[in-house]
Order: sequence, then C-alpha cells, then structure tokens
Amino acid sequence: MNDADTPVLRARGLRKEYGTGEGLVRAVDGVDLDVGAGETVAVMGPSGCGKSTLLHLLGGLDRPSAGEAWLNGRRVDDLGERALARMRRTEVGFVFQAFHLMEELTAVENVELSALLAGRSPRAARRRAEELLERVGLADRARFLPSALSGGQRQRVAVARALSNEPSVVLADEPTGNLDSAATLDVLQLFESLHESGQTLVVVTHDARIAATADRMISMRDGAFVDETRLTGGTTGRLGALAGLED
Amino acid sequence: MRQEVLLAMLAKEPSHGYQLRARLRDALGPLGDAMNDGQVYVALARLEKAGLLAAERPPWQKDGADRSDRKVYALTAEGQQRVAEWIAEVSWPRPDLAEFHLKLVAAASAGLADPLTVVDAQRRELLRRLRDAQRAAMAEPAGSDAALLLEGIVLRLQADLRWLEACEGSWLHRRSGL
Repeated sequence: MNDADTPVLRARGLRKEYGTGEGLVRAVDGVDLDVGAGETVAVMGPSGCGKSTLLHLLGGLDRPSAGEAWLNGRRVDDLGERALARMRRTEVGFVFQAFHLMEELTAVENVELSALLAGRSPRAARRRAEELLERVGLADRARFLPSALSGGQRQRVAVARALSNEPSVVLADEPTGNLDSAATLDVLQLFESLHESGQTLVVVTHDARIAATADRMISMRDGAFVDETRLTGGTTGRLGALAGLED
Repeated sequence: MRQEVLLAMLAKEPSHGYQLRARLRDALGPLGDAMNDGQVYVALARLEKAGLLAAERPPWQKDGADRSDRKVYALTAEGQQRVAEWIAEVSWPRPDLAEFHLKLVAAASAGLADPLTVVDAQRRELLRRLRDAQRAAMAEPAGSDAALLLEGIVLRLQADLRWLEACEGSWLHRRSGL
C-alpha cells in the first residue's frame, strides 16, 4: 500500500499546545515534515524546543492540538484510541533515552513481548526475538536480565525490541543520552547498520555524533523548524585541514 | 604541516622517498590522500639545502637526473637535534574561536544578520564534516594509527558543536529578553 512516492511519515501544520491564556505554551508550533522510505532524519535543538513532543505526535503517543499527520499515506491524527494503539504496536518502533525495558524480564523476553502483543505465536515471537538479538550483537546475552547488562547493551536490546514488528519507522528519543562514549559508539554503529538495511529512522537528539549519522538534519527552536540541511555528499578531502595537514 | 614532521619520520632510519611517503600514508589513512607528493619533495629539497638532511643518490644514477623517489634521505646531526627539539615542544591548537565569536557580536549589534542564522550555517558545515570523519573512522580497522587521528578530529568537532550549542542558547536567550 506504500508506493515509492508516498512518504513514510508526513506532517502538516502540526501543533501541540499546553495550558491556556497567559500560560499557553506552544511546544510544537506548525511543523511540516516528510520522511521518505529508508531515510534517516535527525532533529536537533536545545532542551525544551519541542523535539520530544514532536516525536510523540509522530508516533501516536500523543495527539496534536491542530494539524495533520500521516503514516504510510494513512491519516493518523484523528484515529480512535484502539486504532492508534494498534498503529503504535505494529507500525512504529520506539527507542527511548532511559531504555524503558521491563526489569523483571530477560533480554529475549523484552524483545518478544511486543510481537506477542501483536498476536504472533510464542514460538514465532521467540525465534524473531533471537534473530534480532543476534543482529544487535547480543545473542549471548539473551537470558540476562537488564540489570546484568551495561547501558549500551540495554539500549541495543531496546533497539531490537523496536524492530520486533518490522515497523515502517523507528522513532528514537535521545538514544545515546544516558551512554558513555564507548557505548555511544556501539549505538552509532547499530544505527548505521539499520540505515544501510533501509530502515526509516527519525532521531531527536542533542548528540552531534548520532545526528551526524543522518541523511538530513533539522534544527528546531521554540517549537518550529528553523534550519534544515542534507549531510550526505562527501567532504572528506577537507578533513585534512582539520588535522592540520592543509592551511 | 611543519617540515619537522618529515624530519621526524626519517629519524628511525635513512629511507627512500617512496618509503617515507608510505610511512606517512600508513599513519594518516584516508587523510594521506590530501597530501601532495610534489610538496613533500619540495620540502625535502629545502631541508637538504638547510643542512638538516643528507640525500644520497644511488651510484648508478647519472649526475644530471633528479629522481627524488630513488634518493636515500638521512638526518644530519643538525637534523637530529632539530627533531629532538620539536618532539619536546608543546604546540597549542589554533581554533579561530574569537573570529566566530566576534562575527556573532558584530552581526547582532549592527543588525547585519541574525546570529542564530550564522550559528545554523556553521553547524551545518561542522555536522557534514563530523559525518565524514565518523564514517572514515568506522571504516578503519580498530587500533590503526589513522583511526586514532580520525577520533581526534571527531572529538574536536564535537567540542566545536557543543560550543555552538552554547552560542545558540545564549543568543536565543538574549533575543527573547528584548
């Protein structure tokens, strides 16, 4: 149902307001966005600029005050609760800063949970979960509880979980926000490999390293997009100047 | 790049010009592509003239021919002394922070441009370079000399991007304060 020209994500005039009168805050203030299949888009901006709220609106975790949103050509901002929950389960994968794993469940149980909720058989869900853990390099940690894993490993479990229902898009909110630099590198490499496999990805972040894995970077301030740029198109030759090899 | 670098790369043993270039390429990885062989030989000739290097031609080569590639370069005593001084010297990085800072101040005070727009433009360029440096670093085998150099570039760019974030925050605050 999704042809090449239909963006995976589309937003028009998306707005989210909190409070009333003097206390009215426009967290997201008229955002237009198209994300094509296989594209990685990074949204950067100071804290409080509305980038997390935007991600929640795009993923159906929250409803806009105004504007329209589409996923694979289907209008989603006006879906009923049940349809919206179904869309979140089957078409969107979420990755959060604080991982949000269930501490009582092992890695593989965390990953298979969303497949089970989506109605897959236990056997199929387990097989899929094991494949995904292998893909994120954690096959040998499948039976570990999150508390026995490092931060970087936990985030990789969370990414495996996000992929469990083959979502059209993965939405990541500060995925490296709680990680040290070695763990950040693991997640960077994982995102690069998702990107190479054609996964559509939107990541909101402070972290320039994760933003630099994107095809396109959007800057956000005060709820609105203020700048946008394509990061692809090599400049490697100019790296020499940064290393002091050229003047 | 300072000419002392070439001297230092010859400190291990006398080498042919092509051996010297190969050693530089190993250490620099993809960044070595930006190096111009002609410039290396011009620099070697200059160092020879200054008495810091001695170049020996193979005996079978005729006097008139200048085959820099085939010459064997060795440090003179003076050259060794210069290398030792250079190794001990502390060099300071020269990022042009003041220039960019004054650009923002001037843009705002004279109304030449919105400082935030200037910040955005700078960020675009830094992120493109970060992307390239990061990809080049990931493509290197772990633990290679070139990977370490690229990691340094990544860290410098990250520092610059964090400062831009501070600039953005500050100018955003001043604007909303008006």
